[in-house]
Amino acid sequence: MITVQPVRQIKLTLAQKTYYPELWKGLMVTCDHFFTNLFRHIGRSVGMKTKPPMVTIQYPEEQRWISPRWRGLHRLMLRPDGAPRCVACMMCETACPDKCIYITAGESPDGRIEKYPVAFEIDLLRCCFCGLCVEACPEDAIRMDTGIVEFGAFRRDELYLDREFLMNVKPELTTHTQYVGELDGRPLQRVDLVKLAQQSH
Amino acid sequence: MLLDFGIIVGKIAIIFLGILNGAGILTWVERKQSALMSDRIGANRASILGIKLLGLINSLADAIKLIFKEDFLPPKGLRFLHALAPCFAMFPVFVTFAVLPFGPPIELFGREIKLQLLNMDIGFLYILAFGSMAVYGTMLAGWASNNKFSLIGGMRASAQMISYEIILGLAIIGPVLVFGTLEPGALVTAQNQLLWGWLPKWGIIVQPIAFLLFLPASMAETKRAPFDLPEGESEIIGFATEYSGMRWGMFFLGEFAEIVVLGAVLTTLFLGGYHIPYLFDAAEMASGPGFYFPWGATIPLGTWSVVSLRVAAFMTKVAFLMWLQMQIRWTFPRFRYDQLMRVSWREMMPIALLNIGVTGLIIMWLN
Ligand code: SF4
Ligand code: SF4
Repeated sequence: MITVQPVRQIKLTLAQKTYYPELWKGLMVTCDHFFTNLFRHIGRSVGMKTKPPMVTIQYPEEQRWISPRWRGLHRLMLRPDGAPRCVACMMCETACPDKCIYITAGESPDGRIEKYPVAFEIDLLRCCFCGLCVEACPEDAIRMDTGIVEFGAFRRDELYLDREFLMNVKPELTTHTQYVGELDGRPLQRVDLVKLAQQSH
Repeated sequence: MLLDFGIIVGKIAIIFLGILNGAGILTWVERKQSALMSDRIGANRASILGIKLLGLINSLADAIKLIFKEDFLPPKGLRFLHALAPCFAMFPVFVTFAVLPFGPPIELFGREIKLQLLNMDIGFLYILAFGSMAVYGTMLAGWASNNKFSLIGGMRASAQMISYEIILGLAIIGPVLVFGTLEPGALVTAQNQLLWGWLPKWGIIVQPIAFLLFLPASMAETKRAPFDLPEGESEIIGFATEYSGMRWGMFFLGEFAEIVVLGAVLTTLFLGGYHIPYLFDAAEMASGPGFYFPWGATIPLGTWSVVSLRVAAFMTKVAFLMWLQMQIRWTFPRFRYDQLMRVSWREMMPIALLNIGVTGLIIMWLN
């Protein structure tokens, strides 16, 4: 059985159908913004104490606050001795829906670890920033918490990230740091789900 | 003889430079105005030695970019027509202005000079004729690009422009019936009369419906939003897709020049041309030029101040209409193509015809 959702037609009043009153209203809105801003810009430039003009975030100079959970540019985490945390288990490569992670595994020189990535490449052109690689990693070796959102490039191969690049994206963060335990400046409250469920009964 | 020639060349230079500068400034106005009304700041990046001139340098940078950009010709395109199309888009716009008076006749070197290049009895037919010439530009651009999408874009453009051309023609008939002339100069002079002794007899007051039809139709002629279906480049492929650099710039400039010229046409037809209400010159008022207000006050003025006031009034009106067209362009969403055609043929056309009929009846009844 196929059920369909009927498209609901919006009933227009006569004033809306004739179009001109609505056009007029629209024009009034934009004119309001135009003249308010014009007055404030001119007032400010001649030194009057007008309210600041309504402006959006002036992007390159001002930037929005980015949540610690924002999925930005990838990075590879390091062990305290500077070796990659990655154990070349291929979990991320398998999980990646875009198949844009290419790992070549090699035998690790460290006796306690079996493998390490000889090459670890991410084709950022194909990546859809889903974060599944981060979820899949059993070693917390790959993260997207760099907060870097500007990675435009002039050539395609500049967006083909290799292991060295990924290990050095944010050197000051590169050793094993925890996720920032606060949101918007407030410490995150840990919610005990079991307790919550008991209370609500 | 030589003086006549000099006067004509002077007028051409004034008109040409006026339109070109108007169009150049409009590129800046468009960016700044749209920015202000959507709470942005607008062009403010380009600078020369740190001087930004409120973003005017950006327009200069745009021009330099357009000149030095690769001049691309589609490999299988028709070279000659491809080069010709932008000229066809520019030329009609510039020559349209020739019949529009931009100021009152002045006395200079012992002779009367009309501030109007061509004094033609069929002035408005000339405007309409050259208005429809612009279709060739878009059509040729689509055809010569040898790109099927561009061709469809060109077809779309010409269908739209021809449809709205008809509305333009029908809307003009209203004021022409009322003022009884097709000559722009005479039409402007006729608009300096007063209705019932106080209301200026401007086209917009005696023919408001014609104005409401002419404005959108002329905006559709300029192919600008909300009628920018021929060239919404990033969404629907338009006729100018295969153009780059200065050739594309000519389409772009022609469009802005069209805004200036249409502002002038609208001013001439509906806003009383260069006239200011209650301001009369020596020819119209025996007791000398000046303001004669209906409540009795008078401000006598010299001949030259009247002339300069009138030229300034013409420019202000054109500037206001340019501003209005920009404001409309940045306020309204684009029509869908079927809506666009429906508005023209099924809604504006009957209203235009009705307007002509009613106007004719009223004029018959008044006589
Ligand atoms: S974010 Fe998603 S698409 Fe990008 S590399 Fe990770 S798994 Fe692949
Ligand atoms: S899932 Fe983690 S440990 Fe495994 S290969 Fe990917 S980054 Fe390395």
